[in-house]
Amino acid sequence: MKILVCISKAPDTTSRIAFTDNNTKFDENGVQYIVNPYDEWYALVKGIELKETLGGNVTTITVGGSDNEPIIRKALAIGADDAVRVDLETGDSFVVASQIAAYAKDQGFDLILCGKETINYNSSLVGGMVAEMLNMPYLSLATSLTMEGSTAVIEREVQGGVEVLEVTGPFVLSAAKGLAEQRIPNMRGIMAARTKPLNVIAAISVDQTAEIVSYTLPAPKGACKYVDADHPEELIRLLHEDAKVI
Amino acid sequence: MSVLVYTDLHDGKASKGSLEALSYASKMNAGDVVAFCHGTLNGDGGMGAFGATKVLHNAIENLDAGQIAKMVADAASQAGADVVVFSHDNSGKAVAPRVAVRMNAGIVAGAISLPNTSAGYVVRKSVFSGKAMADVSLKTSKKVISIVPNSFGLHRTDGTASVEAFNGDAGNSSVKVRSFKPTSTDGAIPLPEADIVVSAGRGMKGPENWGPIEELASIFGAATACSRPVADIGWRPHHEHVGQTGIAIRPTLYFAIGISGAIQHLAGVNGSKVIVVINKDPEAPFFKAADYGIVGDAFEVLPMLIEAAKSFKSH
Ligand SMILES: Cc1cc2nc3c(=O)[nH]c(=O)nc-3n(C[C@H](O)[C@H](O)[C@H](O)COP(=O)(O)OP(=O)(O)OC[C@H]3O[C@@H](n4cnc5c(N)ncnc54)[C@H](O)[C@@H]3O)c2cc1C
Ligand SMILES: Nc1ncnc2c1ncn2[C@@H]1O[C@H](COP(=O)(O)O)[C@@H](O)[C@H]1O
Repeated sequence: MKILVCISKAPDTTSRIAFTDNNTKFDENGVQYIVNPYDEWYALVKGIELKETLGGNVTTITVGGSDNEPIIRKALAIGADDAVRVDLETGDSFVVASQIAAYAKDQGFDLILCGKETINYNSSLVGGMVAEMLNMPYLSLATSLTMEGSTAVIEREVQGGVEVLEVTGPFVLSAAKGLAEQRIPNMRGIMAARTKPLNVIAAISVDQTAEIVSYTLPAPKGACKYVDADHPEELIRLLHEDAKVI
Repeated sequence: MSVLVYTDLHDGKASKGSLEALSYASKMNAGDVVAFCHGTLNGDGGMGAFGATKVLHNAIENLDAGQIAKMVADAASQAGADVVVFSHDNSGKAVAPRVAVRMNAGIVAGAISLPNTSAGYVVRKSVFSGKAMADVSLKTSKKVISIVPNSFGLHRTDGTASVEAFNGDAGNSSVKVRSFKPTSTDGAIPLPEADIVVSAGRGMKGPENWGPIEELASIFGAATACSRPVADIGWRPHHEHVGQTGIAIRPTLYFAIGISGAIQHLAGVNGSKVIVVINKDPEAPFFKAADYGIVGDAFEVLPMLIEAAKSFKSH
């Protein structure tokens, strides 16, 4: 199988979230970047598992500047064969999806995997957009993928339950928890990653459709009101009379 | 002028997320609210009561996201709608991005405010897993907005909607549905839709101790949830896992019992209106995010809390 995995970078989950330039830019001071967890743990590992059992090739694609290279090397260390970086300081989801679609268009991928969402923008957009641009099915929020010959069987989360689907021919899938098990790169993988190909390609020109004009932090919480452990009925009273939520 | 809302049907009725999307669309004051839905529909699916004036209905049951997107875009053009509203739930996430591409529309996914049109077209969305908000300006003439479930509430208008058959061409799909497994067979409230959530963590020591958690939930008609390690070790099903890598919820009331309050957990629940923390460790980080706290052993506090809740409910 010829597989493409979309890899993005995200601030480490414990990062302090703050903004600069009059609240228009994310403050990167002291922020460690990681591979977006959905991309690494589920999408990438699933791609590698399929390659291991069925043969083929796993390419990763990242739209972003050269500061993405450490996370791309990590994906190669986990087991991707080669990587593409579209050289563009990230635009909106539409711009990112347009770059991925433009690259994938003539490459004949059987499967394009992406994460459920990035943990910084939580949009859940790029995969669906790529699918529409390439006129392929989009299997969103997949928790399981198995191949039965040339038919892919997918379980995905929909409202109220899990749907089991089958699809033949190329498709785009977004990975949710359960699709695969996280893998830790070993020393050999890390060494091998240094020499695997990382091709930097030029971006195509597309206009942004949406732009973040400013950020706001939520108002700080008031202090916690404590209730004595021997009198939980006081909690019930407060929830009813004070908070008015029951 | 009109706004089109994609609505998702369950047993012939619009889902709660869909009714929220209709409520949102009617509060936009941007003209008629037209719903598009497919599958089995009973009457107007309860949609007139939440602001829909017209329901465009396609009777085909199983449509793939790509086919639905095509129909939604066609329906928007038929209804003369420049704005399409979705719920940012599992159904919306499958269809909304495709519709945006089809309509050349800018999209705000995960909206938490109505559009502000005083300068351009700006919608606020939740980012960094609820740790911040971003104002997004849409630059296109057509727009797609998907709203975070449970963040706007339902707005009853008690109107009625006319139902019109919509038989657009869905096109072909290479996707076939094999089966559907409902998450809860016992009619329990789906976690993302629940107003009250009772959640527990590793502090509960083992799956056999979940009785009181479930009992408290059932008294309040609440859904149950858990921290990630609890789902990972298999004490509870994966769909209960909330947080950065699980699902994000924003109930009106969240009980966190025996959960330390790690930042990745908080990321999924900090949109809750009121947070109650029960933990035996007074230093547990969760207390910093709590509105109400009890420092105590859950095994001692829960039975008393359950009694108090029962007596409150019986009055
Ligand atoms: C990249 C990444 C993503 C993650 N994503 C998530 C996520 O989505 N969701 C998530 O939940 N976690 C997530 N985690 C894990 C997170 O960091 C914590 O490890 C986890 O939330 C801890 O779960 P817990 O609070 O149940 O357990 P613990 O941290 O072990 O806490 C148990 C708590 O129970 C209390 N306790 C013990 N006994 C009792 C008692 N008898 N009565 C009352 N209280 C008691 C203890 O004081 C303690 O505070 C993630 C971690 C990483 C690195
Ligand atoms: N800049 C990017 N480069 C490559 N893939 C990306 C990028 N941004 C997002 N993706 C992919 O699209 C998924 C959904 O992202 P989003 O739509 O931003 O929530 C992510 O999990 C990634 O797999």
